[in-house]
Amino acid sequence: MKLILGFIPLLDCASLVAAAERGFAAQEGIELALVRETSWANIRDRVIVGHFDAAHMLGPMTVASTLGIGHIKIPLIAPFALGLGGNAITVSLRLWDQMARAGAAQGSHVRVQGEALQRVIEARHHSHLEPLTFGMVYPFSCHNYELRYWLAASGIDPSRDVRLVVIPPPFLVDALRAGQIDGFCVGEPWNSVAVHAGAGAIVAPTTAIWPLSPEKVLGCRLEWAERHPRQLAALLRALYRASMWCEQPENHEDLAKLLSQPRYVGAPAELLRKDLDSCLVLKPGAPATRIADFYVPAGRSATFPWVSHALWFYSQMVRWRQVEFSPEHVAAAGATYRPDLYRAALSSLEADIPVADTKSDRFFDGTAFDASDLTAAAP
Amino acid sequence: MTELPLRILLIDQNVTRASILEEGLREAGYPNVTVVRDMANLLRRIVDEDPDVIFMDLENPNRDVLEQMFQVSRCVRRPIAMFVDRSDTETIQQAVEAGVSAYIVDGLRKERVKAILDMAVSRFNAFNQLYDELERAKQELEERKLIERAKGIVMKERGLTEEAAYGLLRKAAMNENRRLAEVAQSVVTAARLLK
Repeated sequence: MKLILGFIPLLDCASLVAAAERGFAAQEGIELALVRETSWANIRDRVIVGHFDAAHMLGPMTVASTLGIGHIKIPLIAPFALGLGGNAITVSLRLWDQMARAGAAQGSHVRVQGEALQRVIEARHHSHLEPLTFGMVYPFSCHNYELRYWLAASGIDPSRDVRLVVIPPPFLVDALRAGQIDGFCVGEPWNSVAVHAGAGAIVAPTTAIWPLSPEKVLGCRLEWAERHPRQLAALLRALYRASMWCEQPENHEDLAKLLSQPRYVGAPAELLRKDLDSCLVLKPGAPATRIADFYVPAGRSATFPWVSHALWFYSQMVRWRQVEFSPEHVAAAGATYRPDLYRAALSSLEADIPVADTKSDRFFDGTAFDASDLTAAAP
Repeated sequence: MTELPLRILLIDQNVTRASILEEGLREAGYPNVTVVRDMANLLRRIVDEDPDVIFMDLENPNRDVLEQMFQVSRCVRRPIAMFVDRSDTETIQQAVEAGVSAYIVDGLRKERVKAILDMAVSRFNAFNQLYDELERAKQELEERKLIERAKGIVMKERGLTEEAAYGLLRKAAMNENRRLAEVAQSVVTAARLLK
């Protein structure tokens, strides 16, 4: 049985690539054909029309499509998470210098960096300068919500004090260098590519904003999952084993080389290797800094599709006025993430699977997100 | 009641493909077609043109940029990707297969939009066909050049006439069940290695 999976060239397509290339899919009797895509909109549309059986997808995209926000309503599900973390916020060297003068320092707490940015923005406002522009990759993405969360918690109104624009990842570094944008929030390897090119400095990994924060998922149509339960379960087992393999340090060199191929991520292997080792070069010329849990492919239940993650995305869609709150939405958003399918597929493996479907998450500003606050509002 | 002609915005970095579709739309009676190649100031252009329908090719990574503009901008009417109405998955399928995405302002009559969607799909398919033919022609030309070179090598090394050298290559191809161009490639490679 051959499954066609779409992906975007980013670090966290690693488990898909490893499953296809290192025998984990074959072990489950499936063959994976990976198709590289150029936009998230293409990923969504090609999953919807059935060109792809499943895809490397932005977590919030499955929720948005299920609720019919910004697009036609087609129920998508996320039965598997493709790891945790892997994102960072990068700014131009010019903005970094201004932030440094306002109190930011390499490796400082993300709160300190936010306060420095807030001072820079206030000073610009007083001098009647144009607002700063930040890039991200898609309106329904963790990058958008994490960036907005950090800005807002630092006293910066993301809708008024800065401009947020979407720029496809391969264009971000050039846009930063050309001064079209002053910073961005994106998944690796694009932050490291910007630092390596001498165009920017990493302010913070987004795991500093939200420790063990979710990122991409395996997304597919609900209808496809119902028609192909055995294939989906086989795919989840293959991805689970592939994720474990990706996490082992002894495989990082092999994996970095594999991902560096132009048909996959196409970035230098040495940059990808650092990402896999959770090491980042924060500024041009600086030594690599180890960042605990920067990118976690498998451990810490990184592949478990927490229903509370789906609900947090929905809460952010409401917060940033992408949609009006509705109690009916809460249930539908939560049902997008499918721990039941995850558990059923992995029950034959010796996997350490969480018993609960939700957990409480704490952010850098001390606020906790408790999904039950949201579900309490539901009928 | 007469309806105003639909305003159509076409975003395509491929000049040939854009003009094929533009021409098709004009011939079919849609005079208000604007073609945009430059992604800079895209929002400005959309606000100025206030299009009813936007087409963009699927190879363009800037589709995500376009979708965000619909999300955040209060200046533009919010179009919906691909769908004429909310149950029409066949249309999206044909469009995706042809390589075009369409964004349509909500509330337009289905029959009005369906015709231009079909037009876009058929013109994109026509372009794809042209492109395939061009690629095939290019490949044939390359292969013919390769065979000429191989023939020259065989003529020189074996002291054969052109006809005899060609016959030898053909025979080798038949015996080995390979294409003539493949045998020619082996001859050219071998000659380079033995030089």
